[in-house]
Amino acid sequence: MSETLSGADMLVRALQDEGVEYLFGYPGGAALHIYDAIFRQQKVEHILVRHEQAATHMADGYARATGKPGVVLVTSGPGATNAVTGIATAYMDSTPLIVISGQVPTAQIGTDAFQETDMVGVSRPVVKHSFLVRDCAEIPRTIKTAFHIATTGRPGPVVIDVPKDTTDPAITAAYDYPESVSLRSYKPAKRGNGRQLRKAAKALIEAQRPIIYSGGGVVQGNAGPALTRLARRLGAPVTNTLMGLGAFPGDDAQFIGMLGMHGTYEANMAMHHADLIFAVGARFDDRVTNNPDKFCPEARIIHVDVDPASISKIINADIPIVGDARSVLEELDPLVEAELAKRSKQQEGGDAGKAWWRQIRGWRDAYGLDHAMKPREDGVILPQQVIQSLYRTTGGAAYVTSDVGQHQMFAAQHYKFPEGRRWINSGGLGTMGFGLPAAMGAQFAYPEATVACVTGEGSFMMNMQELSTCLQYGLPIKIICLNNQALGMVKQWQDMQYGGRHSQSTYSDSLPDFKTLAESFGHVGMRIDHAGDLDPAMDEAFSAKLKDKAVLVDVWVDPDEHVYPMAIKGGSMCDMVLNKVTTSQQGDYM
Amino acid sequence: MNRRVLAVLLENEPGALSRVVGLFAQRNYNIETLTVAPTEDATLSRVTLSTDGSDEKIEQITKHLNRLIEVVKVLDLHEAACVERELMFVKISAQGAERAEVKRTCDIFRGQIVDVTAAAYTVQLTGESGKLDAFLRALDRSAIIEVVRSGVSGISRGEKVLSV
Repeated sequence: MSETLSGADMLVRALQDEGVEYLFGYPGGAALHIYDAIFRQQKVEHILVRHEQAATHMADGYARATGKPGVVLVTSGPGATNAVTGIATAYMDSTPLIVISGQVPTAQIGTDAFQETDMVGVSRPVVKHSFLVRDCAEIPRTIKTAFHIATTGRPGPVVIDVPKDTTDPAITAAYDYPESVSLRSYKPAKRGNGRQLRKAAKALIEAQRPIIYSGGGVVQGNAGPALTRLARRLGAPVTNTLMGLGAFPGDDAQFIGMLGMHGTYEANMAMHHADLIFAVGARFDDRVTNNPDKFCPEARIIHVDVDPASISKIINADIPIVGDARSVLEELDPLVEAELAKRSKQQEGGDAGKAWWRQIRGWRDAYGLDHAMKPREDGVILPQQVIQSLYRTTGGAAYVTSDVGQHQMFAAQHYKFPEGRRWINSGGLGTMGFGLPAAMGAQFAYPEATVACVTGEGSFMMNMQELSTCLQYGLPIKIICLNNQALGMVKQWQDMQYGGRHSQSTYSDSLPDFKTLAESFGHVGMRIDHAGDLDPAMDEAFSAKLKDKAVLVDVWVDPDEHVYPMAIKGGSMCDMVLNKVTTSQQGDYM
Repeated sequence: MNRRVLAVLLENEPGALSRVVGLFAQRNYNIETLTVAPTEDATLSRVTLSTDGSDEKIEQITKHLNRLIEVVKVLDLHEAACVERELMFVKISAQGAERAEVKRTCDIFRGQIVDVTAAAYTVQLTGESGKLDAFLRALDRSAIIEVVRSGVSGISRGEKVLSV
């Protein structure tokens, strides 16, 4: 005999039945029936943010750190539209998010009612799917279906728009939460095609200059260990995309760094000269490939992705494999093992592999990441030094979130992530303001973990109101702000492409004092501007003494430092600016 | 350009069509014609749309359509033999001696006159889009008052079926 509940109670009960721990949100008129239902229960903890955009990023950070879906509740109109940036961020990086938005009562939809927005319409291009609830009896099944869609196949955000009348406490219906749902129109692929897998295994063994190029799909698909096992078996170099960092251990000898626009010289050179690219859970993004027409001319391409639409979208795949990264890698491993066993009986290979590695080491020795980085004699802090200090202090064990810009690239280049889900950033949409709330979401997921947010003063100011939420919930996150008193990446482009004309990218006269700003929010603030103080300040920020406190370290860094390497626009992957004086080829910047 | 006709089976739910149409705008694909109606199974709608692009582009369109949760199946009708038809009404100014001429042209194209006034004929014509174009070209341009076309509808020849 099922219970009879109101729509609001059903909605909250369904979240309980899904095992939701946290609901990140902000109340408002159209959502108040739901908020009352939240008040009358204990199982789902609601986190009150200060801005709806931050609620979505917080849920996103939680989802990326755990692999579980993040859940958001906002009201109609501005509540819903404020959430859109966070939804788009999650969509571009394929994170599972459930966003429940209040809506004006059904009878008022379309009348330009107070706080009315067509949320299903506004969010349509940036959701995996969306629902408009028509009747309270639909709520349990809608929520089950939303979780199913958000978390399977290529994950993504799902919006559930809930008109206020469907949550009316006076209207009730039977509550039966379905065990599972099945949709005739949605059957994501899981296992790769056997024939394609055998072809891939053979190609991997036969390659003279193979490279493994893995992306966010390996992180999302929890396929890091499977990738690592296969990579070690093959002995091939591994490069990760910005979204894929950590899937293969960053301190492993086979890891040659991130690839792409600000990837390492050796990773981009190895891609360009490879005869086989094994792409897993990566989508040949324009920030990776540079000019697709000049992309890796000698390479055959194996492309593994759970989303068929990602395969051969930008670069044609010679061996396409549609499937879940983990399942494909686990099935591929024994095939490669068997092929290897067959080969070693015939003839000892391996010389080709040695020559390939010799070549890669040569590239690294010539223009590896640190080749142009010289500590300054006047003690001005280089941004790279800050990341290196953070890595040293945390022993590589932190969850690191970032915002968007130079600091993001420095963090991606210099922090070596031991496993997936440790590096959380907005890669696809490039959303400034993501880092702080994402760090808070990760800290909610793992209260005992060390969580650092690497940010810049520009990005930080886009969501710094969440410092108040940090205090309310006692989140001891550490904010490392690389303060260069400018919008660093914009300024870098202006230096390189616009004759140093810094149009609207500087504001050094009007920055707040971030130390006292943090203090006014009830946290610990520090400010350093000399390289000698860097390690001690970092050690203090992460010390046991401040274990329970949020800390903001405002680090004044060299404002003129650029991120290198940098891809040359329209070129191939091997066309890069390597430092302030050396380019691997002449041309425009991307 | 490579003109293609895609048949899409879609859950017959509010908002489903807007996702299909939205996809074309979001991904910078072109819709030339679009027709939609429920099928014999009332839970499903069938969309026929014509578009153009290279084989690679059509493949991407097909993949992205399949990615929409409410899309059940997609078929590129041009992959095999198919029958395509379009319905057109043309209101034609026809007075005096012109009336016989319009009537003759209409007969050549096997059109039907479905409405008549002293000054105009309304002609109904079905056929492949090229035939409808040819009919319009055969008329005196200044005589055409109004044209309405349904867009292409199509079905595979032989045993091939698009169904769940």
